[in-house]
Amino acid sequence: MMRFSTLIKNPADWMTGGQTERGAVLTSRIRLARNLRHHPFTGWAKRDQRAAALDLMRPAVEALPVMKDAFSQELSELSAVQKQVLVERHLVSREHAARGDGSAAIIERRQSFSFMLNEEDHLRMQAIRPGLQLTPAFEALSALDTALEVALEFAFDPTFGYLTTCPTNLGTGLRASAMLHLPGLVLSDQIGQVLQAVSKIGLAVRGLYGEGTESLGHLYQISNQSTLGESEETIIRRLERVIGQVAQHEQNAREKLLEDDPQMVADKIGRAFGVLRHAHLIDSKEALNHLSLVRLGGTLGFFPADTIVLCDTLLMDIQPAHLQLHAERKLSPEERDSIRAQIVRGRLLNLNSPATSSPAADGVPPADASATSPNES
Amino acid sequence: MKCDFCDTKATVFLTQLVDGQMKKVSLCEDCAKERGVTDPTGFSLADLLLGGIGNATDSLAASPAGGGGNKTCPACGFTLEDLRRVRRFGCAECYTTFGEEISPMLRGMHKGVTHVGKVPEGLMALQFKHQRLQDLRSRLEQAVASENYEEAAGMRDEILTLSQS
Repeated sequence: MMRFSTLIKNPADWMTGGQTERGAVLTSRIRLARNLRHHPFTGWAKRDQRAAALDLMRPAVEALPVMKDAFSQELSELSAVQKQVLVERHLVSREHAARGDGSAAIIERRQSFSFMLNEEDHLRMQAIRPGLQLTPAFEALSALDTALEVALEFAFDPTFGYLTTCPTNLGTGLRASAMLHLPGLVLSDQIGQVLQAVSKIGLAVRGLYGEGTESLGHLYQISNQSTLGESEETIIRRLERVIGQVAQHEQNAREKLLEDDPQMVADKIGRAFGVLRHAHLIDSKEALNHLSLVRLGGTLGFFPADTIVLCDTLLMDIQPAHLQLHAERKLSPEERDSIRAQIVRGRLLNLNSPATSSPAADGVPPADASATSPNES
Repeated sequence: MKCDFCDTKATVFLTQLVDGQMKKVSLCEDCAKERGVTDPTGFSLADLLLGGIGNATDSLAASPAGGGGNKTCPACGFTLEDLRRVRRFGCAECYTTFGEEISPMLRGMHKGVTHVGKVPEGLMALQFKHQRLQDLRSRLEQAVASENYEEAAGMRDEILTLSQS
């Protein structure tokens, strides 16, 4: 069985992305909620009933071919930091991490599939893919669901569909979501309008980090709310259409910003790069917002294309629990800011100043071009 | 003092203000753990007290399963009060038990009130087969009892084929 350190050592497949084009859409996620017919739901089950459900599910999930050599642990066996790292990687939910006895997580080696056992529902299974790939993610996960349905005897009713603890998940038990990076819409003040339009058609939008509509790092998550009365395909198709449209709006906004005010764009990206490259203390809010702009620079040609993956990986690695795992000890907020800055500086070391490759710098040489270039490799 | 749920000596005492009223409950260690009282993520004391268990601590021991007239799921003991409070269900059977209450909950929550989409075909086929086998077996018994051996033989063969498929 895979150790925690081995699992987490490498970035997830969906973080590094491969060949997938990942401008505005970072990741696609599918979650299916399933319950056992003959066992009380997790929240209502007594301790021994929860254990019985776990004993039934765990070997069945571990026996899936895709889970060969997977990571499989009861949450009570993990430290607080380890659990938090899994939350930051979106491999287990915050609620699941808070559970103790009788709950477990089984995570595929490359972190593309994760199963939460005895979450609010007996089984919450999840598939994550880079870019906009909701359909392939659903198909892959649905095949695993089918492989488990007979052995685990899922609770299903012809009228209500898959039965879930909370009626908000009833029917398909499907939550499909995508994580979007929308700096263009934020900088051009169109984000409010777009998000309002999206929520009007019954989809949920929330900032990935931060509260309310204000989102750190310009990262947003769009997901379905309704799970009953429509097929999985209908739900996913609508989401893909809407997400595609939002991504197109984002693209247009970026192009228009570059056209209307290239200096402002170059200035924002250059400053963000300068801060990240030279800061020695940086909190997570500041880091996220600057990383967002450097990522934007990557999509606009200010930096090489692989800068996007660099930023997406950093996004994960500068989260508090990731930092503590990296440092192998508990850190005070000040220490975190210091180590965060150190990691960011290190990763950006080989990135050239945007001035040298900026498409918007025609005749406007940024002031720091000569100062930083001698240090570049 | 005895535990409100069993006869063991109570060692866990909880007091909580619920709607401005003081609620007290006494539990033994096992019941406290079992009911998630010591688990901050579990049901709150309010759920425990108001979840159909009765409001007065005196009545707790007398009717641990639920107050009068409160619909209760026969499979898991979840009550209508529990449902109203936590807006979640106790087990799969609850969806049958609280069938009437569910539809109004679902309106406004979802695009429809009936499932469209994936059906666990393999599971359904298996359940259908079990049902059919059960029917055949009881009819076989009847046929044997009424000495209708020809019919019984036919059913015996059918059971054999079906259970081997």
